[in-house]
Amino acid sequence: MFQDITEKFDGVFKKLKGHGKLTEANVSETMRLVRRVLLEADVNFKVAKDFVAGVQDKAMGHDVLKSITPAQQVIKILHDELARLMGTTDSQINESGSGPTIIMLTGLQGSGKTTLAGKLAKHFKARGQSPLLVAADLQRPAAVEQLKVVGEQVGVSVLAELASTPVNVCRQALDVARKSMNDIVIFDTAGRLHVDDELMQELTSIKETTNPDEILFVADGMTGQDAVNTAKEFQNRLDFTGIVLTKLDGDARGGAALSIRAITGKPIKFISNGEKLDALEKFHPDRMASRILGMGDIVTLVERAQGAVDEEKARKLEKKLRRQEFTLEDFYDQLQQIKNMGPMEELLKMIPGAGGKAMKGMQVDEKALVYVEAIINSMTIEERRRPNILNGSRRKRIANGSGTSVQEVNKLLNQFNMMQKMMKKMNKQGLRGMPRLSF
Amino acid sequence: MASLLDKFKRGLAKTKSGLFDEIVNLVQNQYVVDDDFLERVEEILIASDIGVETSLAIVDDLKEHVNRAGFNQSGELIDFLKSRLAARLLENTGEKQAPHDFFVPDVKPFVIMVVGVNGAGKTTTIAKLAKGFQTHGKKVLLAAADTFRAAASEQLEIWAQRVNAAIVKTQHGGDPAAIAFDASKAALARDVDVLIVDTAGRLHTKANLMEELKKIERVLGKAIPGSPQEVMLILDASTGQNAIVQARQFKAAVGVTSVAVTKLDGTAKGGMVLAIGHELNLPIRFVGLGEAVDDLKPFEAQTFVEALFE
Repeated sequence: MFQDITEKFDGVFKKLKGHGKLTEANVSETMRLVRRVLLEADVNFKVAKDFVAGVQDKAMGHDVLKSITPAQQVIKILHDELARLMGTTDSQINESGSGPTIIMLTGLQGSGKTTLAGKLAKHFKARGQSPLLVAADLQRPAAVEQLKVVGEQVGVSVLAELASTPVNVCRQALDVARKSMNDIVIFDTAGRLHVDDELMQELTSIKETTNPDEILFVADGMTGQDAVNTAKEFQNRLDFTGIVLTKLDGDARGGAALSIRAITGKPIKFISNGEKLDALEKFHPDRMASRILGMGDIVTLVERAQGAVDEEKARKLEKKLRRQEFTLEDFYDQLQQIKNMGPMEELLKMIPGAGGKAMKGMQVDEKALVYVEAIINSMTIEERRRPNILNGSRRKRIANGSGTSVQEVNKLLNQFNMMQKMMKKMNKQGLRGMPRLSF
Repeated sequence: MASLLDKFKRGLAKTKSGLFDEIVNLVQNQYVVDDDFLERVEEILIASDIGVETSLAIVDDLKEHVNRAGFNQSGELIDFLKSRLAARLLENTGEKQAPHDFFVPDVKPFVIMVVGVNGAGKTTTIAKLAKGFQTHGKKVLLAAADTFRAAASEQLEIWAQRVNAAIVKTQHGGDPAAIAFDASKAALARDVDVLIVDTAGRLHTKANLMEELKKIERVLGKAIPGSPQEVMLILDASTGQNAIVQARQFKAAVGVTSVAVTKLDGTAKGGMVLAIGHELNLPIRFVGLGEAVDDLKPFEAQTFVEALFE
């Protein structure tokens, strides 16, 4: 889907070769491309315009064209500038000096407030604190019920008063928190449109009544150009203290991050990534910059690998590799671990450059992995350990058992043989530089 | 239809500068169509999430039109833009089928499967659809096949009570395909006209969840051959360019047949439907204009474009 940004810039710079520095005369085409990249990532057009103007000054005067890789140079300037604008990794919640810390969650319908409330509760509980969840969404059917279930899942108490008003529930929550020694209070407010005057007024009342330490604006990471209008209005009404971006576990480029940050100047405190209640991450401006530029996200990829790979198994495997005992069983384990990391196509997208040339038109055949699994599953343990005993009749049996053909079994065995040979070679050259081969 | 336009207007009036005013101002202050002017028009189009590609194409059209035919007043430029946008929408979308016929299906039971990413507004839209069918005298059954999100079936149940529809549900964490199957059987047994299946929100990038969706679709087809007759994708109007990717992926997985755009009563203009209709050949069937059960209106290309300019 995404054309590799490097490829695009290469195209522009080919024309500019031999010009030395970027000058006002030749910079415009580059900047048009920058603008387009940002717009395609859903950065608001005004924000994009300002950004381009700012980065243009930075890019001019740099000796980018003398460099062998002018595209990389400009991309680096862009990347750094984007990361700088999106702020710091500091995602501390403002804590109250005295009494419980009050966190108020606000945003449009469906932006992910209730799920975030659960995640925050879990986060604070894990830190040894005692959160109280407050159901202040009396608008959406079963929203209170949803928060109750979420509270149960994370083992945190929920204050729900169906007959009350949102303002009263929040006021009451402060008393409850003091009595039951809760040090964190989280208000889950109803989703509302920023143009709904009455409901926006309600938020202002909650703010005035309870004086929260932290007001978070929860925004869908897939939002388009309208992100600035919404953020601006919530800012005007509430002067919120921080931003949380949700649903970035999809493939949206997330330009809204830059838009909202630029228009409000407030810090992005968390990324709420996924439906599981521990999917709450710190915001990393540099990763977000890469994402907006469509450059992939190698850091997240590595983190996922770390999450999915069993350390113990990896160590054992390393030993086996050294002793040249890598078997089909180990091969199967490796496949399983890669599968744990998520769908192949998603993983490939995170690899810088994989969005572009090398992978263009390449379809990842998840089915192929299923066949491999089935074939190995149809072998006896003995066969997996000593593939050389696989004669014709065994191969036929395996093909039948796995619903594949003898050819496919042969193909797998050939690939496995090649892998073993490669490993032997690596062993001869030593495993230097690859201390822990995990997949 | 006046009320629809009013609703649109009310939402759009809140954005300080409508497309129309901006263009009128631009032309009145300049009297020429130069690069700056065209860039502003392009920005205005982009601001409604129409997408860079489509915006550029339309601006090129405008440029070419002015070069060839010239213009006397700003109104002409606006008429031209409107007609280009409407033409793009009409190319592949809704108007071929009269939207009112939707509530009087000729198949029984008519099965609708509702899909989309998290928080798009599926459950609310289902309630509105149920109301629409009931207004046309149809007997509706809802299937709460979102067994994942906390209290999702409770949410649907409350809506079911409000619109007086029957519902089939299971406990949290149950098998969504099993619910779909039970609901299909119930629909046949109870002589229901319309079965609407709610599914859990899922990001189109989660392969395993998309597989689950395919399974629900397969199971429906087995329980009632030929169903689901309609697979409706719900899109949040404030979504940016990712909406096209979503539509493409959902279409590839479960053969989406139509789109409903929700939350158009805000300031988001939902311009991405242009690209969706154009690229994916999917009709935009409904627009959601509020939280009340009557706030679902048939999509009309002309009205949609007019609203963009008001």
